[in-house]
Amino acid sequence: MCGSKNKIMMGGSILKITDAQLKSMYLTMLKIRKFETRAMDKFAEGKIPGFVHLYIGEEAVATGACANLREDDYITSTHRGHGHIIAKGGELNYMMAELFGKETGYGRGKGGSMHIADASKGILGANGIVGAGHNIAVGAGFAAQYKGTDQVCVCFFGDGSTNQSTFHESMNLASIWKLPVIFVCENNGYGISVSQKRHQAITDVSVRATAYNMPGVTVDGNDVFAVYEAVGEAVARARKGQGPSLIECKTYRWRGHFEGDPTVYRPEGELEAWKKKDPIPRLEKYLMENDIMTEDEIKTLNADVDKMIDDANEFADKSKIPALESALEDVYTDIVEEGRVR
Amino acid sequence: MKKMTYAEGIREGMRKKMLEDPNVFIFGEDVGKFGGCFGVTMGMFDEFGDKRVRDTPISEGAIIGTAVGSAACGLRPIAELMFMDFVTVGMDQIVNQAAKLRYMTGGKITLPIVIRLPEGGGVSAAAQHSQSLEAWLTHVPGLKVVYPSNARDAYGLMISAIEDDNPVIYIENKTLYATKSEVEDELKIVPLGKASVKKEGTDVTIITYGRQVFNSLKASEDLAKDGINAEVIDLRSLYPFDIETIFKSVGKTHKVVIVSEEVKRGAFTGEIASIIAEECFYECDAPIKRVGSLNTPIPFASNLENYVLPNDRDIVIAVKSLF
Repeated sequence: MCGSKNKIMMGGSILKITDAQLKSMYLTMLKIRKFETRAMDKFAEGKIPGFVHLYIGEEAVATGACANLREDDYITSTHRGHGHIIAKGGELNYMMAELFGKETGYGRGKGGSMHIADASKGILGANGIVGAGHNIAVGAGFAAQYKGTDQVCVCFFGDGSTNQSTFHESMNLASIWKLPVIFVCENNGYGISVSQKRHQAITDVSVRATAYNMPGVTVDGNDVFAVYEAVGEAVARARKGQGPSLIECKTYRWRGHFEGDPTVYRPEGELEAWKKKDPIPRLEKYLMENDIMTEDEIKTLNADVDKMIDDANEFADKSKIPALESALEDVYTDIVEEGRVR
Repeated sequence: MKKMTYAEGIREGMRKKMLEDPNVFIFGEDVGKFGGCFGVTMGMFDEFGDKRVRDTPISEGAIIGTAVGSAACGLRPIAELMFMDFVTVGMDQIVNQAAKLRYMTGGKITLPIVIRLPEGGGVSAAAQHSQSLEAWLTHVPGLKVVYPSNARDAYGLMISAIEDDNPVIYIENKTLYATKSEVEDELKIVPLGKASVKKEGTDVTIITYGRQVFNSLKASEDLAKDGINAEVIDLRSLYPFDIETIFKSVGKTHKVVIVSEEVKRGAFTGEIASIIAEECFYECDAPIKRVGSLNTPIPFASNLENYVLPNDRDIVIAVKSLF
């Protein structure tokens, strides 16, 4: 990253971005990193049951992509969804409470880490089925086109899901109907334990865009500006009715597929090499070198986010576990099954 | 009164809601100019245009998935799969997405979707185009399932299904599309979860739905000749289903035969039988009998298919075995 204040050079062109936007992106990345780190600790402590898939290392993708979106735009997410939800404006308190399985959580304790949604903010849900978000994103894009709005939907997914039939079906449908969908592939190099070179015969997922006659680009997913710019162009196209795009962001997850994964499949030195490309210090450096934030301001913001995470943790901790009757609610809008003799 | 076909009943239900509510639309394979594989959407493309009567690629997963996404964003999609058998290809989107998103998000997402699934044998379509798979769907919490047998119910249940804020599986029987039945000049809504007593009787309760309603009625005529007065109940809704009408009838007749076209193994009829056994056992003075297809894939040759599918004679035999 280089360039003078507010004018970041991207491939010869100048990326326009305000100080306020830069600070907001930095704040988002910190929120994700610190939320995930706390989730990691609380999972280890036994406060969080089930599976937790952490986003640490990939923060620039959700942040750069969602910085282009309005509150009424949509996203679909994945099993590794906390970052996307935070970047789209999800509330940390309700998220942490959901991870803890509490009644105040986003899903009232019935979904957990993999199923957080907030329709009021266009968050159509994390998803436990790999590749399921593709089709749902196409549905959201269809709804925007049908209603004649200029809303868009960003569909986040990993490299692993690009081998599901849903990837093909949704890219094809979005393309023929020119739907306002931005397919953002977070290529972190692994589908669970299987490396990309063992799960597909291409290195750049973006080449698949050719098959659907849509633009496809690959960017450094640890460079928040690169993500911001590429997704920004795709969002602008989509808002103008010019159809979908595929943006591949090369990145890396620092943790295993899920917490508890011993990551025996990773070559030695791979993680360390990627840690050197940590997106957060890269942005910090830019902010300081360009006099957008001082070191003190950065320290203060870090402390503010620590406090937010502490508050979310406390909110989750102090919240009640769900009442048993609530297990019978929300199956339908109208029918509540009575508890039956078993 | 006037006459209307089953297909017209379905179509008129969709048309009425599409005329009332701009957020209702239909999409699926060949539903546009072609009018649908069985002609159910015939003429709707010309009336409503490509925006609201839309052909899709042959991508069942995308059809259901798009229905889920668009419903989450405020539309009321009607998705047609050409044959119920193809539900296998869209099953994740029905079972793991449509049925569960509301629950897992604590009610944050509402999915008013209708999924139309033509099912059943009788047309020599062989094993991949003839199945009756309702048990797979009635098994899943989060879905409602209806199955009309005539034009009046096809219309009335379609209105209810579209107006419902939950995913509703609307099963159609492909041998019934051209059948005509009498309907009121002013068609009425049929609420979900209400059965219809097609024939009152005192000696045995035949619980059925779909095409087998007609086989059951025919069987009841034969049974009458032997002095057995059968009551025939058309469930119409498989979930929720009308437990009160069933229990009331069993309390009167004390004998039950449950008929569907499913293979008997793991069939939805087993659910009805077990609920009667659990909650109404002492009202029964004979075993609960079920009639269904043989436990095979549906064969192609007409004689084999007729042998495998249940008919009115099978129902007569089942009823008589209780006396």
